Amino acid sequence: MTMPLIFERSEAGRRAYSLPDCDVPRKDATELLPGWALRKRAADLPEVSEVDLVRHYTKLSQRNHGVDVGFYPLGSCTMKYNPKVNEDAAALPGFNALHPYQPEELVQGALELMYELGRYLCEIGGMDEATLQPAAGAHGELTGLMIIKAYHESRGDGAKRTKVIVPDSAHGTNPASAAFCGYKVVEVKSDGRGGVDLDSLRAAMSDEVAALMLTNPNTLGLFDENIVEIAKIVHGAGGLLYYDGANMNAIMGIARPGDMGFDVLHFNLHKTFSTPHGGGGPGSGPVAVKKTLAPFLPVPVVEKKDGKFVLDYARPQSIGKVKAFYGNFNVMVKAYAYIRALGAKGLREASENAVLNANYLMRKLAPYYHLPYDRHCKHEFVLSGEYQLASGVHTGDIAKMLLDYGFHAPTVYFPLIVKEAIMVEPTETESRDTLDAFVDAMIGIAQLAEKDPEALHTAPHKMVVGRLDDVTAARRPVLRWRPNKQTNAG
Amino acid sequence: MYPENVKYSEKHEWVRVEGKIATVGITSFAQEQLGAIVGVGLPEEGSKVEKHGALADLDSMKTADQVFAPVGGKIVKVNRALEQHPEFMNDDPYGDGWVAVIEMADPGELDGLMSAAEYEAFVAEEASKG
Repeated sequence: MTMPLIFERSEAGRRAYSLPDCDVPRKDATELLPGWALRKRAADLPEVSEVDLVRHYTKLSQRNHGVDVGFYPLGSCTMKYNPKVNEDAAALPGFNALHPYQPEELVQGALELMYELGRYLCEIGGMDEATLQPAAGAHGELTGLMIIKAYHESRGDGAKRTKVIVPDSAHGTNPASAAFCGYKVVEVKSDGRGGVDLDSLRAAMSDEVAALMLTNPNTLGLFDENIVEIAKIVHGAGGLLYYDGANMNAIMGIARPGDMGFDVLHFNLHKTFSTPHGGGGPGSGPVAVKKTLAPFLPVPVVEKKDGKFVLDYARPQSIGKVKAFYGNFNVMVKAYAYIRALGAKGLREASENAVLNANYLMRKLAPYYHLPYDRHCKHEFVLSGEYQLASGVHTGDIAKMLLDYGFHAPTVYFPLIVKEAIMVEPTETESRDTLDAFVDAMIGIAQLAEKDPEALHTAPHKMVVGRLDDVTAARRPVLRWRPNKQTNAG
Repeated sequence: MYPENVKYSEKHEWVRVEGKIATVGITSFAQEQLGAIVGVGLPEEGSKVEKHGALADLDSMKTADQVFAPVGGKIVKVNRALEQHPEFMNDDPYGDGWVAVIEMADPGELDGLMSAAEYEAFVAEEASKG
């Protein structure tokens, strides 16, 4: 069942707003704006009544899937439930009604929260100092790499160190961030157990390498037991270690990247620390560093001086600002509320349950789906749709079929080193009932793949739309509504 | 199953050589692994590329990847048609799906490349590793 676009509901003269009478002298737009800033043609905005507008967007929202609607096992995305009490905290007027230009002495509470959150993150990550500015994970990666670059440059080593190493299991953002920062990306292979192949790493290491970027546990959900040796190899050649915090939900209160030998790490508050994710978030990607890198952090850094909280701009080696003002402040409030609500013990329990849930699912599904790396996993695991491929069923078909069961699909076709990959991350917030329902769905799909593969090729069947032609949508996207064009309809 | 008149790289590119001119594309195996290719980012004509250097960016429904230059030299021509028709790389990888023409700086770089039979064996071994 298709729905008309808001533009197609338009009837001339309908209005969804009523403005009060204008109490200042009216002026024509042409008197106020230069010619180049004025439209030549009306914008063709839809004209609808308020009730039509509300119904349209309410219906659209009802077609969404989110963590508040159902299970969302999207691997490496940590789609955990976001406690609503976080929203209460962020809505407090003392936080919500702040203006970023308010003087420091009037926003001591907000600065204290930022300072404390930075301290908590450093404690969790085993680091010394943090910035809360980056707006998301990849932004944190770029910030971290800029800090690394500034560090090497400060030692007169910047021109020589032109490469960043990433393993072949890395999140796609790692090589992208390194390339964006001007580095040449060198890929190293994974070994048979899914960790970094040490010989490959040794061969790739040289005095031209600025850093190794690593996720641990990695995108296979496996903890790299060689991490201390890896750190030794990288540090031995003068390189630094960057920790991609996307998988931090596996290790809170159990292991710390700083103790493993990492020099820089970013957190995803919108993953690990239960702030809203997807739909624009907004995200937040704080970066924490060891002492030696602290001089390069973006300014301002929130500092505590003589019992007062101040914004410290006096860091001459800083890479500068990476975002307007101080970062996504309300997201920080939610993460702070979450950390305080759980406490050290609660955070550790969250990670323990995330790991337990993942292992439970992995063992329940292993008889039905190929498990290429058969080890205890951490917070997520990767299956392969290889058994199903024998009957012509692809991972994409399995993912589409899951929608009919009311579940969001897992991450598919990633990591790239697993054929027909299905990457499942249940998170700690799901009950055993939910996990069992997901297991039943996955077993049902595996059985269907043998009996009736065609049913999977055409899935989903119960959604408002069936199998969409996503290839044509990607190759020939229709990105906006155009009046008088038939292609918009239906 | 792989055309005999071209040479193959370990990164799954093919090269067709006429004198110093090398036409480059990706193999049928590569396009199958990538799935439907939906976007192609091409280099500037006239720019230089080193052997193993990035020649083009690919977006597919499964992943983002790069085409690497199996030989170095000057890029004398790129297949602009791919910008509108990335599907050529899936439908006709050895024909309309060609990526670029390189004027080789050192034809000796062809030495390490594989024949069709060697490439077929190489792909079979890759596939068995999963």
